[in-house]
Amino acid sequence: MTADIQTNRIVDCEGLACPMPIVKTKKAMEEMTGGEVLEVRATDKGSVVDLQSWAGRTGHHYLGLKEEAGILRHFLRKASDPEKGSGTRQHPAVISNDELNQKLQAGEVFRLLDVREPAEYNFQRIPGAISVPLGTLEEQVDTLPKEETYLVVCRTGSRSDLACQLLAERGYTKVINVVPGMSAWEGPVEWDE
Amino acid sequence: MTSRTMQPMTAQQLTKKILASEELFILDVRNEEDYGNWKIEGGKTEIVNIPYFDLLEGVDEALDRIPNDKDVLVVCAKEGSSIFVAEQLVEAGRSRIHYLQGGMRAWSEHLEPVKIGDLRGGGELYQFVRIGKGCLSYMVLSSGEAAMIDTLRMTDVFEQFAREKGAKIVHTLDTHLHADHISGGRTLAVQNGATYWLPAKDAEEVTFDYAPLEEGQEMRVGNSCIRIQPVYSPGHTIGSTSLIVDDQYLLSGDILFVASIGRPDLAGKAEDWVTDLRTTLYETYRSLSENLIVLPAHFGQTGELDEDGRVAARLGDLYASNPGLRIGSETEFRAEVTGNLPPQPNAYQEIRHTNMGLLMPDCEEQREMELGPNRCAVHDK
Repeated sequence: MTADIQTNRIVDCEGLACPMPIVKTKKAMEEMTGGEVLEVRATDKGSVVDLQSWAGRTGHHYLGLKEEAGILRHFLRKASDPEKGSGTRQHPAVISNDELNQKLQAGEVFRLLDVREPAEYNFQRIPGAISVPLGTLEEQVDTLPKEETYLVVCRTGSRSDLACQLLAERGYTKVINVVPGMSAWEGPVEWDE
Repeated sequence: MTSRTMQPMTAQQLTKKILASEELFILDVRNEEDYGNWKIEGGKTEIVNIPYFDLLEGVDEALDRIPNDKDVLVVCAKEGSSIFVAEQLVEAGRSRIHYLQGGMRAWSEHLEPVKIGDLRGGGELYQFVRIGKGCLSYMVLSSGEAAMIDTLRMTDVFEQFAREKGAKIVHTLDTHLHADHISGGRTLAVQNGATYWLPAKDAEEVTFDYAPLEEGQEMRVGNSCIRIQPVYSPGHTIGSTSLIVDDQYLLSGDILFVASIGRPDLAGKAEDWVTDLRTTLYETYRSLSENLIVLPAHFGQTGELDEDGRVAARLGDLYASNPGLRIGSETEFRAEVTGNLPPQPNAYQEIRHTNMGLLMPDCEEQREMELGPNRCAVHDK
């Protein structure tokens, strides 16, 4: 693998047996901000199911696993408050996952922006989606032509709603939020090997 | 200073407690998935599962659920998390707290030798009970020689046992190519200059030399001539071969168990082998003496162990009690042994390939592959 996965923090648990990988992961997560991505490097095979199970119970999002030279690289995203709660979406134009899939199958022309974190995009994305993490949208916005149609996707529809609002404020008129997004996506996907 | 401390409990001590039906409360702190897949059972044990990562902030949840008046055993995969939780239980003022030394890994590997009986001319037959996984190995001893049947991976245990008995291991036999555990038969043979026997029909893809185990080709152990008589009994695999030892015992491999029968699907040929399985169980075995004591290579539940910790039953009795031997028509039989089967054993394809010599996993990988129950029987749910 050449291109590395961008994360906010790395926890080294190499050589540690349970419970230490979870103890250290939990501590790191407590110090992080919602939405940030953590890489946990472990060698204990038990860490795979334990971390997945722990993440499921605590609301954090287990993104995926890469195994390299005996090192298990786990990627997790800290649960963010708007996603935990029932954040109300504000951008009026929305389409469903199914409608997006139909548009893709029909070969319609639009730009599909994936505003999730790079690690999320790395592990599972819709073919053709362009990665523009929400945090970098503001600085990238000028590179996006105004006349085009933008469909914006994230995991649950919250971050993409914020992205749609930002684009609308900047004068983009053809901006549509995909709801709910990747958490329920059943169409084709791809990922980095 | 409090005198209260947690105590380690070995897999052997746990085995004794289960066999003696002593009361024991088990707190299994592994994740729910691993717990759901495989856990300690038997005797008078009571068990609850609370993952250790739910107890990082404190053990109050556990304190509410574990009794004050019983021995408590905390269990995890290896032992680290169980020590972590057990320490907190002791700090919270609890006593009689133990942790399982080596965790479920040690539990999976523990072997308990039990004597099955005497053979003519001063010989002996031992069964090695791998209680955590439900596997059984056998050692035939006769005047300074030993034969091992369905040898498990822990060959040092068998070597040590043979040494204590003053016996040289001359034969190791596998009744079939195993799919749930890694055979130690070949390793044990190589280490002791013994001959490794395997049914040729199960050995078409193996990468090593072996002696073909065939019906009619008897072998002898020791100069008092304990006879081992192979009987071709396909169905679990195409090569499956049972062994009649000293005209008294029927080592049935994975064809016939005490409470169930072998499944025909682990080598991918369920439909093809159903007829073989039925013929073996309803014709070949039927023609044998009802007084033979059936000694299988597996058991499904600790309830199959008798009060001495042995897994054994008279063949004639099994025709009355074993549901797998009481299925009326061929159609019903086919439905029973091909439909609604339990999940396959963990990593069973990799295990088969290892037993063929196609894969050479290291010690740690072998342990990982063998985690979980054996699931070789039709009725193991």
